[in-house]
Amino acid sequence: MMRSPSLSSISRSEKSLFPCLFSLLFLVAFLDSWWRAGVRPFAFFEKEGREHLWKFLTGMFPPDLSWNFLSLMFYPALETIQISIMGTFIAVIVGFPLGILGTRTFSVGGVLNEAEVAGSLSRLALRWSSYTMARGILSLFRSIPEFVWAFMFVRAVGLGAFSGVLAIGVAYGGMLGKVYSEIFEGVNLRPLEALQSTGANRLQIFFYGWMPQALPNFVSYTLYRWECAVRASAILGLVGAGGLGTQIEISMRMFNFSEVLTILLILFLMVAAVDYISAKVRAIL
Amino acid sequence: MHQYRLEKISKVFGRRQIAVDGVDLEVERGERVALIGPSGAGKTTLFRMLNCTLRPTAGKLWINGDAVSDLHGKRLRSVRRKIGTIYQQHNLVPRLRVVHNVLSGNLGSWSTLRSLASLLRPQGLEMAYRALRQVGIEEKIFHRTDELSGGQQQRVAIARVLVQDPEVILADEPVSSVDPSLATAIVRLLLDISQNTHKTLLMNLHSVDLALAYFPRVIGIKDGKAVFDRSPDKISDELLEELYSGHLPDSQENGLIDEESKSLIYQ
Repeated sequence: MMRSPSLSSISRSEKSLFPCLFSLLFLVAFLDSWWRAGVRPFAFFEKEGREHLWKFLTGMFPPDLSWNFLSLMFYPALETIQISIMGTFIAVIVGFPLGILGTRTFSVGGVLNEAEVAGSLSRLALRWSSYTMARGILSLFRSIPEFVWAFMFVRAVGLGAFSGVLAIGVAYGGMLGKVYSEIFEGVNLRPLEALQSTGANRLQIFFYGWMPQALPNFVSYTLYRWECAVRASAILGLVGAGGLGTQIEISMRMFNFSEVLTILLILFLMVAAVDYISAKVRAIL
Repeated sequence: MHQYRLEKISKVFGRRQIAVDGVDLEVERGERVALIGPSGAGKTTLFRMLNCTLRPTAGKLWINGDAVSDLHGKRLRSVRRKIGTIYQQHNLVPRLRVVHNVLSGNLGSWSTLRSLASLLRPQGLEMAYRALRQVGIEEKIFHRTDELSGGQQQRVAIARVLVQDPEVILADEPVSSVDPSLATAIVRLLLDISQNTHKTLLMNLHSVDLALAYFPRVIGIKDGKAVFDRSPDKISDELLEELYSGHLPDSQENGLIDEESKSLIYQ
């Protein structure tokens, strides 16, 4: 069975140049980035920077914990959570099918497709185009930051929570889809081959083979993204997409740093709570 | 009509890893055939072509008179449904419960909706019980499959094929992970099933003794080629020595070949 190809020794000696070239390229890129990005580690110790920092920090303390302000923040906080839930929900709806189609071993290659695409160019072309299209859409969705998506959706559907939901749904859908496809790519194909050999169709193989194996990672990563969505939905308020972000923006503009700190504390508690819930769910699986 | 007809079947992985090299073979309906030979000889690859997972790189393959190269979609699945495979590594879904792995033998005949419903509430539980009873691990039916030992998983895989109730059973080293006494019992169980229900049985075996003792027809495979094909009483010791010459003892070689070919096959 074994007639393994031996690599020619010539190509190997040529390759040894690449590491050197790459290190040099990296060094140049690093130094140039340092210079152009204006990295000044001592900025905090300069007089002006110190004063601003001091003003900001002293302004924050003590946080505004008056009942009056807290009760005012209740609904925005709730809205932030709700935006994150609906946003993540839409992201799963968007990312799940695209993630499956964007999985090479599901769509085009490997044992699950060999017999199906063999000798049929049209099938192969169809598989390839659906795979490439799914990948392309996912890259597009996630390469545009959710902030920019929110900006566009505020124009499209108006100020408010729904534009935040859409922004998270689309941007996170792109990220989830990409990671889902990586999770599916990592699934052991042997059991799937066995399912296929009983005459199962692709959907049956999916639910009996892919899903059971991928489920723990799948749920785990989706929950992690939900946690990120809580933070993101707060930020999206800055462009008018509702939630706590809108409140941060107002307080910032009024130089009410004590209120800003309160809102940040609320946000921290919410993220911690979501993290706690996620951990509980993961433990069940 | 032949159950299987192979004409100069070859399979090449990557560019030049020749796994099967021009095999000619005819198998009749209801025949019982053992394939022996050193590991890495191409027996498993041959089986994966016989169950329509891999396509031959060259040559022609007919199953029940159907040329496999013409099969796609629904017709391909209906041919696969009639071929049950028992894999050396069991190839069960580890996180599913035993009952679902056993019932997955039905997927070829169930509708998609019914198979989904079965994941929530097992359909045809009696069928699963019966199959597991035949292999003697009825009590494990609701265990998670990855909690079972290798030998028990092997028996679950056999139960899956019993549920599938195919025309052909391809058993790829079905007894490599069970102790010798059980090995004989399992080989005999498969032979009985083949005999009683007139199923064609092809079995890869690394135990030459089992092959010679129980099968009316034995094929020797070496370096991807069929080197002999005859009844066991016509197989001499010299022939066997020739078959296994130039190879490490089975157990040592197994891992080596597996890792290397796996990376090629599953890429």
